[in-house]
Amino acid sequence: MTGEPLIDLKGITKTYGQGTAAFQALKGIDLSIAHGEFGAIMGASGSGKSTMMNILGCLDTPTSGIYSFKGVEVQALTKDQRSLLRRKYLGFVFQGFNLLARTSALENVELPLLYRGEKKAVRREAAMKALDLVGLGPWADHTPAELSGGQQQRVAIARALVTEPEVLLADEPTGNLDSERSIEIMELLTELNRDGITILLVTHEPDMAAYARTIVHFRDGLIERTERGHRSGAAVTA
Amino acid sequence: MFGATLLLAMRQIRRHLLRSSLTTIGIIIGVAAVITMVTLGNGLTASIQKQIAALGSDVLIAFPQQTDDSRQPRPFKQDDVIAVREQLAGVKSVAGEVNKNIHAFHNGQSWNSKVEGVSNAFMDARGIGMDQGRRFTPAEEESGANVCIIGPKVLQEIFVADVSPLGEQMRLDDVSCTVIGVFASRAQGGNNQDDDNSVFMPLKNVQRRFTGADTIGYIVISYDPAYSGTVIQQSLIDLLRERHRLQPGEPNDFNIIDSAALNETVGSVVARLTVAVAAIAGISLLVGGVGIMNIMLVSVTERTREIGIRLAIGALAREVRLQFLTEAVVLCCFGGLIGILLAFGLSFGLAKAIDVPFVFSLPVNVISFLFSALMGVIFGYYPARRASRLDPIEALRHE
Repeated sequence: MTGEPLIDLKGITKTYGQGTAAFQALKGIDLSIAHGEFGAIMGASGSGKSTMMNILGCLDTPTSGIYSFKGVEVQALTKDQRSLLRRKYLGFVFQGFNLLARTSALENVELPLLYRGEKKAVRREAAMKALDLVGLGPWADHTPAELSGGQQQRVAIARALVTEPEVLLADEPTGNLDSERSIEIMELLTELNRDGITILLVTHEPDMAAYARTIVHFRDGLIERTERGHRSGAAVTA
Repeated sequence: MFGATLLLAMRQIRRHLLRSSLTTIGIIIGVAAVITMVTLGNGLTASIQKQIAALGSDVLIAFPQQTDDSRQPRPFKQDDVIAVREQLAGVKSVAGEVNKNIHAFHNGQSWNSKVEGVSNAFMDARGIGMDQGRRFTPAEEESGANVCIIGPKVLQEIFVADVSPLGEQMRLDDVSCTVIGVFASRAQGGNNQDDDNSVFMPLKNVQRRFTGADTIGYIVISYDPAYSGTVIQQSLIDLLRERHRLQPGEPNDFNIIDSAALNETVGSVVARLTVAVAAIAGISLLVGGVGIMNIMLVSVTERTREIGIRLAIGALAREVRLQFLTEAVVLCCFGGLIGILLAFGLSFGLAKAIDVPFVFSLPVNVISFLFSALMGVIFGYYPARRASRLDPIEALRHE
């Protein structure tokens, strides 16, 4: 691994609306994330953390500033180029799971591979592997409606992992789960991070953020403070 | 990539089977209506053309017609026939015909039929062959002998099966005659049954014994195909006007049918009617297309979140567009296929019901199918474009 950070943000701002109705969600963010990092972005609602997540996930572009991902300046890319970037390097886990309804777990997990143009046999194998990894191999044929919330989030994680992304972006992954399921999910993420995947977590729950090695606190569109040196997994309830 | 898109479209359609089927009904009806109309139109054309072909080819038929000033039309006479035969170039056979409805009796049975006063020349001109026996001799034609050539329908109805009718006596109203032959069937494909229900006698005899006048009903002229039908027709008009002493400016008191021109005219009229009716049927196809668009728009709104997921995991805008477009086209193609099957049954049944031949046309079916697919492209494009332009963040937030 080179010394160059995976993600490097310089002076990122994001303004919604125009004129007097303009709202500045991000007011100048400098942030650097290394390969293999487990970072948490914390903050109250309205602190700009979701906007930050959308920009980090290449779903949105900053109004100004430089976002370099693996040395590529994302703000200069077209919509389709950003899609290809997401397809290749990013995996998403959302608060609301966002699985396709009436679609089996296996087919949900296969979806990103479909867009990569993989053959059926390859898709099946990789999807099963990802489901096994999150412990849902036996549930492959179940639709989201037949799975519990925790299981659905595992399917979502499997879908994010199936393309072997460099970064897993998790937006409030435990927001819809009870504490027991939340811990299971966080332990799963911790394990994945140990295996080398960079994980960026957005949360407003300190308990969840405590699993990360680095915690970035957002407030009013700015980074308030950064806590480094948390050991991943240190917050496991003893 | 297209294979994957097709797979996604099929999954989507399968998951919403009821909605998909209801949506395609419009296309099904549209395609079925268009194909059925065109198929029946083709059948009708074929049927009419057969009837016209029964007139004989390269044939002109002249018959008296009332003019506007309500004078009685002047009937033709044998002199006119002779004049045409002698004065018109390119003519092969010319003959007059007169007929009357009669009761035919034989073997103690009675049958409603008609007697036609004709000649060998008439049979030449109309291309009527013989099944059994012989035609008239010149002496029989000249004297108006009591001999007759019966039609196959008459043979079938009042003659004993498997016994030769030749030499048998029969009675037409109160006139007796000897059967000398049976003419070949003029009926084609179930049509023109009437033409076979007829008894031929020498023209002179029919004029004397049945109609009581020396007039004839119509003149039939067959001409050498090397000559132009329109030129011969014009010469015929000139000749008949002269014989009827019509002044320039006076309308013709006769009408002439050219079998070839008639065939063409009727063919084109039916073809135009077919196109018009098919176009009206096509409107239902259009309505079906609008139905597809409507349901696709609903689908896009309903699946906004799904589109957001797809975009987030890296689907390109054109892939999303292609997916929705494929769904619309696949729906339409299904509709088209079912429509073709429906049209096959429908046009087969209707052709039977209105007694026209069932003329299956592959091009019509293929074109209708492609048109239904085109409907999918046209009416699927807007919803698909709408889907592809969604902002992934907004779409993911959509409830």
